Amino acid sequence: MKYTEITVRYGELSTKGKNRREFIGRLNGNVTKALAQFSDLHIYPKRDRMHISLNGTNYDAVMAKLSKVFGIQNFSPSIKIAKDIDLLKQTALEMMTELAPTAKTFKINTRRSDHTFEMDTNQINLMLGDYIYDNLPELTAQMKYPDITLRVEVRHDAIYLSSETIKGAGGLPVGTAGKAMLMLSGGIDSPVAGYLAMKRGVEIEMVHFFSPPYTSDRALAKAKQLTAKLAPYVGTIKFIEVPFTEIQEEVKRSVPEGYLMTVQRRFMLRLAVKMAEQRNGLAIFNGESVGQVASQTLESMVAINDVTSMPIIRPVATMDKNEIIEIAEKIDTFDLSILPFEDCCTIFAPPRPKTKPRLDKARYYEAQLDGEALMARAIAGVKITEIHSHDEFLTTDQTDIQSVL
Amino acid sequence: MIYFDNSATTKIDPAVLKTYDAVANDFWGNPSSLHGLGDHALQLLQSARQQIADLVGCSAAEIYFTSGGTEGDNWVIKGTAIAKHEFGKHLIVSSVEHAAVLNAAAQMEKLGWDVTYLPVNKQGFVDPADVAKAIRPETVLVSVMAVNNEIGAIQPITEIGEILKDYPTIHFHVDAVQSVGKNLWSRVLPERVDFATFSAHKFHGPRGTGFIYAKKGRTLDTLMSGGGQETNHRSGTENLPAIAAMSKALRLALTDEVGKAQHELNLKQQLVDFLSQLADITIFSPINDNFAPHILCFAIAGVRGETTVHALEAKGIYLSTTSACSSRSGDESSTLKAMQVPEKLATSAVRISLDDANTQAEVDQFMKVFPEIYQRFERMNGRG
Repeated sequence: MKYTEITVRYGELSTKGKNRREFIGRLNGNVTKALAQFSDLHIYPKRDRMHISLNGTNYDAVMAKLSKVFGIQNFSPSIKIAKDIDLLKQTALEMMTELAPTAKTFKINTRRSDHTFEMDTNQINLMLGDYIYDNLPELTAQMKYPDITLRVEVRHDAIYLSSETIKGAGGLPVGTAGKAMLMLSGGIDSPVAGYLAMKRGVEIEMVHFFSPPYTSDRALAKAKQLTAKLAPYVGTIKFIEVPFTEIQEEVKRSVPEGYLMTVQRRFMLRLAVKMAEQRNGLAIFNGESVGQVASQTLESMVAINDVTSMPIIRPVATMDKNEIIEIAEKIDTFDLSILPFEDCCTIFAPPRPKTKPRLDKARYYEAQLDGEALMARAIAGVKITEIHSHDEFLTTDQTDIQSVL
Repeated sequence: MIYFDNSATTKIDPAVLKTYDAVANDFWGNPSSLHGLGDHALQLLQSARQQIADLVGCSAAEIYFTSGGTEGDNWVIKGTAIAKHEFGKHLIVSSVEHAAVLNAAAQMEKLGWDVTYLPVNKQGFVDPADVAKAIRPETVLVSVMAVNNEIGAIQPITEIGEILKDYPTIHFHVDAVQSVGKNLWSRVLPERVDFATFSAHKFHGPRGTGFIYAKKGRTLDTLMSGGGQETNHRSGTENLPAIAAMSKALRLALTDEVGKAQHELNLKQQLVDFLSQLADITIFSPINDNFAPHILCFAIAGVRGETTVHALEAKGIYLSTTSACSSRSGDESSTLKAMQVPEKLATSAVRISLDDANTQAEVDQFMKVFPEIYQRFERMNGRG
């Protein structure tokens, strides 16, 4: 079928009252960024839906990109025709003929915003229903749960026909909920948390702690590659690498083993908050899941969360590991996440970390360190890069590899 | 020199040797090492695996590198036996398999397994009905080669696969060593095949390297226990120069596969036409759809195969007494024996095995010198 446009229906934002304009504007921006590679498209954001004129662009490729943009409830490839009854009948029949081999029942669903059109909704439904039944007698009309619903929209400029509705990514347009920092380790959970944050409209920036030589360049590259995997939902994502070696060494040197992890985490959270404050972030997101490991018990959360009053949002807090993995596989971060490089969370992990650390003790041990100076030096070494979906960090120098094969 | 012994081994392609050399010099890190040199080698290893997977038409996770055909055959048979011994101790192999399969099966017999050796008909083919008859509840493996190395018979892999569709738990192994680049792909690796064995030096790659295809979801125990290479299925530091060279060799072998196979068939046709005119020659590899285009096995009545090989060598033409692997043992051909060819005739068999590098001039030269040798043997046997 030669589709001419794609009709995009908005998600929850339709109900958002006065903010509507901002939401639509943001979605328009995100869609434009996501479809930037297709130069022939025309995107028209309207109040109730968005129209994308394909102008000959391959619609499968466009729809693949669209399916990753948050804030879209669903979309339909459609055909735009002049407001002519014969042309309408002919086009409807062509579409149904193409779909007929896979279906037994059908329904015509007409909407009309142009009330000056010569036929009304019921007349169009009946006319097209009869016409299709006469020409394709193997199909029967059925109002409830038909195999095919042919949607006909009579608007002021033209008539639009579509037969397929594809589920969008749902959620809210990224950016409409403000900005936050995501603490990205490189494991399975934090990319999933990032994905879920974006789904609710949050623009995220990645905060990643790296500790050479305790963590390798490949662990850093892995975190960046994971960021690239999440970039298609927004276009680009900022990656903030925070040097953590000195803090980790100092903590190891002066804090009793049982509290190593708790104190390290307090520093990480403080640094993430500092980044948020510097960069107009409103909250911290992370991949903690209640009870999954020692640092993620409620007691640990109390002892770590103590360093800030900024909201900490844990999108996967109540998910089982399997549920998290299911999403990781869906967003294609799982295979990367399981690459076996040490990250900031696994080094110096004591054999018996406290699962129920006490807040007073955590504060006490931490007070032994010159926290302000350590933090200042870490922040001075921060590096920020912008990551695109097509960036490659884990594979290097493919030319010499390809040349020998 | 005229080399007509390509089923024994092929000459390494200069471009492939160049790859071997470049990888040995520039990618000498151990793919298991954590540092950059190791990582660089690992990436090459995975790219080589991906290229082979793309050429075979499977996923990279289904390709495992080995030391060659013998290891591949041993691995699939013994690895299946170890993995599945709780489900039954019965193997089915054809009686015309390569020694790597037959002797691995014989070892399993020593350990108390039952092995059914499928017979072949007078032309050298397994009857799929015999496979159906041999299957028992405790059968765990069926192993049948794609192209017989001695006479070039293409076994009915597709038909056997159809039968095995009713027995989804049985592992189906195909020794595909002789079938690469002969435009037989769809007949060698139909859907139902679970494992297939390949060897690089049969397609202008280096010795000592090969790979198996192992279908995702099929369990195969390891023969080489150790450091966990090949996702813990085949330990031992990867022979990266040879693996990369094999990957390239496979790509080159499959380039214009149809044209190459046609060229070999054309040469074989001329040789068959020529030899058929000679009264005391028996041809075991006729020209038809069920024989590979590159293998031609024939016998001169009353002349030991060895003698024919030496007589032709004196004229600069190299061929084999059937399978090179067993030709030094002096035994008669095991395939011809299974075909119930009389022993005297079987020991007279020799094998020409062609390659796309063989030329019309070489075939002409063979047809020029062969009558002289033939007449001499005829006189010796009192026939001429």
